[in-house]
Amino acid sequence: MHDIANAVVAAWDLVLSGNATLLGIVSLSLSISLAAVFFASCIGLPLGAALAISRFLGRNAAVVVINAMMGLPPVVVGLLVYLALSRSGPLGSLGLLFTPAAMVIAQVILVTPIVAAVARQIVEDLWREYAELYLFDGVGRVRTICSLLWLGRLSLTTAVLAGAGRAVAEVGAILIVGGNIAGVTRTMTTAIALETSRGDLALALGLGLILLALIFLINGTAHFAGQAVRRVAA
Amino acid sequence: MRPLLRAAVIGWLLVWAAFPAVAEPPYITVASTTSTEESGLFGYLLPAFTKETGIEVRVVAVGSGQALKIGERGDCDVVFVHDRSAELAFVEHGFGIDRREVMYNDFILVGPASDPARVDGGNDVVAVLHKIADAKAPFVARGDDSGTSKAELRFWKEAGLDPKTISTGWYRDTGSGMGPTLNTAAAMDGYTISDRGTWLNFKNRQNLKIVVQGDRRLFNQYGVMLVNPARYPSVKQDLGYKFIDWLTSPTGQKTITDYKINGEQLFFPDAKPATG
Repeated sequence: MHDIANAVVAAWDLVLSGNATLLGIVSLSLSISLAAVFFASCIGLPLGAALAISRFLGRNAAVVVINAMMGLPPVVVGLLVYLALSRSGPLGSLGLLFTPAAMVIAQVILVTPIVAAVARQIVEDLWREYAELYLFDGVGRVRTICSLLWLGRLSLTTAVLAGAGRAVAEVGAILIVGGNIAGVTRTMTTAIALETSRGDLALALGLGLILLALIFLINGTAHFAGQAVRRVAA
Repeated sequence: MRPLLRAAVIGWLLVWAAFPAVAEPPYITVASTTSTEESGLFGYLLPAFTKETGIEVRVVAVGSGQALKIGERGDCDVVFVHDRSAELAFVEHGFGIDRREVMYNDFILVGPASDPARVDGGNDVVAVLHKIADAKAPFVARGDDSGTSKAELRFWKEAGLDPKTISTGWYRDTGSGMGPTLNTAAAMDGYTISDRGTWLNFKNRQNLKIVVQGDRRLFNQYGVMLVNPARYPSVKQDLGYKFIDWLTSPTGQKTITDYKINGEQLFFPDAKPATG
C-alpha cells in the first residue's frame, strides 16, 4: 500500500508542477495515437463495411483473418516494421526509423484490424436490417457503404475507441521502432518502461496513473458526446 | 457521404496540427547502452554538447549487443558501448570506423544483505562466483548479449564453471536490461553483476548492497565509434565526428568527470589524445 501511496503522490506532484517534459510526453502519446487511430479508421471502417455487405468466395476466411489480427502481438509488428524501415531494409531510404512516423505506422497496423473487425460486425447487423431497401433502390456499393457507416456512426465510435485504447496503451511495438528517445519518441508507455528499469517504481506507477486518467478522459468525452448527439437526434 | 467527408477532413487537420512541420535542428542518432542512459550520464553530458554545438543527440539506449546490431544495419550514426572485443570485431568487419576509448568505470557484484553465500567484502570475483555456485545462492543474470552480460559470462568462464549446466535453478537468466535485472535481484534476494553507474542511480535496492568490488578484472571500458559512412551514405559523418571529437576532447572528458551522484564520480575519462 505504501508503494501505491507514493505513486499517487508522485503522479500528483508531476501534474501540479506542470512539468514541461511530462507535457511533451503526454502530447506525443496523444498525437501518435490520434494519428494512428485516424489512419486506421480511414482504412478499417470502409474495409469492415465492405466486408459486411459483400458475398464472395473466401469471405469467411477473410472475416476470421481480420478477427484474428486483432490479437497481433505488438512486439512482432514492431520487429517487422523495424526491419522494413531499417537502413538495410526495403524502405530504409525513407529514414523513418526512430521517428514518430515509424511509431504511427506500427500502430496503424495494430489498430486497423480492431477497427475493421468491430465495424464489420456493426455494419453487418445494420445490413441485415436494411439490405432489401438498398438493393431495391439500386444504390451503388460505395454509396451503400458510406450510408451504412453514417447510419451506424454512434455504435461505430466503440470500434474507434477500442482502437484508440490499444494505441495509447501499447508499448511493445513503439519501443522497438521509436527507440524511446528522450524528447523525440518517448511516450507515456515507453517512459513507464524506462522508469521501471531505473527502479523508480513510484514515478513509473505515477505516470501510469496519469495515463489511466487520460484514457478515462477520452472515453468519458466520447461517451457523453455520443449521448448529446443522441439527445439532439431524438 | 457529406458528413463522413467532413469528419475525414477534420481528422486530417487534427493530425497536421499534432505534427507541426517545424524545421528540425541538426541531430545525430547514437545507439548506446542502458548503463549510460540509466546512470543519468547522458542526461548530464548531452545537454552540454548540444549547448556548445547546436547538435541534438538522439539516444537509443539498449544493450551493447543490440546497439552494435543497430549500427550494423546502418540505423544510427554513432555507437557508444562497452564491449571491447565486440567493438573491435564491429570495426574489423567494416561496420564501424575510428573506434576511440572514452571512459571507464567498474562492475560490482551486488547481493542481499543476508549474504547466503558469505562473500561480502571479497575482492576476487572468480573465487566469489565459486562460493555462490557452491551455496546454490540465487544469481540473476542479464542474458541479453549486453556488455555486462558478456563480462559476467567471462568471469564464469574464468572460474571454470558453466552456470547454465550446473545450476539447479539458482542461476536465473532474465534476458533484460540492467535495471530490470536489479529489480529482479532485489525481489528474489539474489546476487547479480552490475555496472557501478546504473547501481548508483538505481532506486529500488531493497536489501541489495555491494558485496564485491575492486577486482582488476571488473574494469569496464567504454568505446565510441562512427558507423562506416562508406557502407551507409545516410550516416551523418560530420556531425558524428563532432560528437566523437567532443567526447574525447578536454571539455568532454571534464564533463564526464564532473558527473557525480551524492558526491561519487560515476565514470572516469581515459581518452587518448586524437591521432591524426
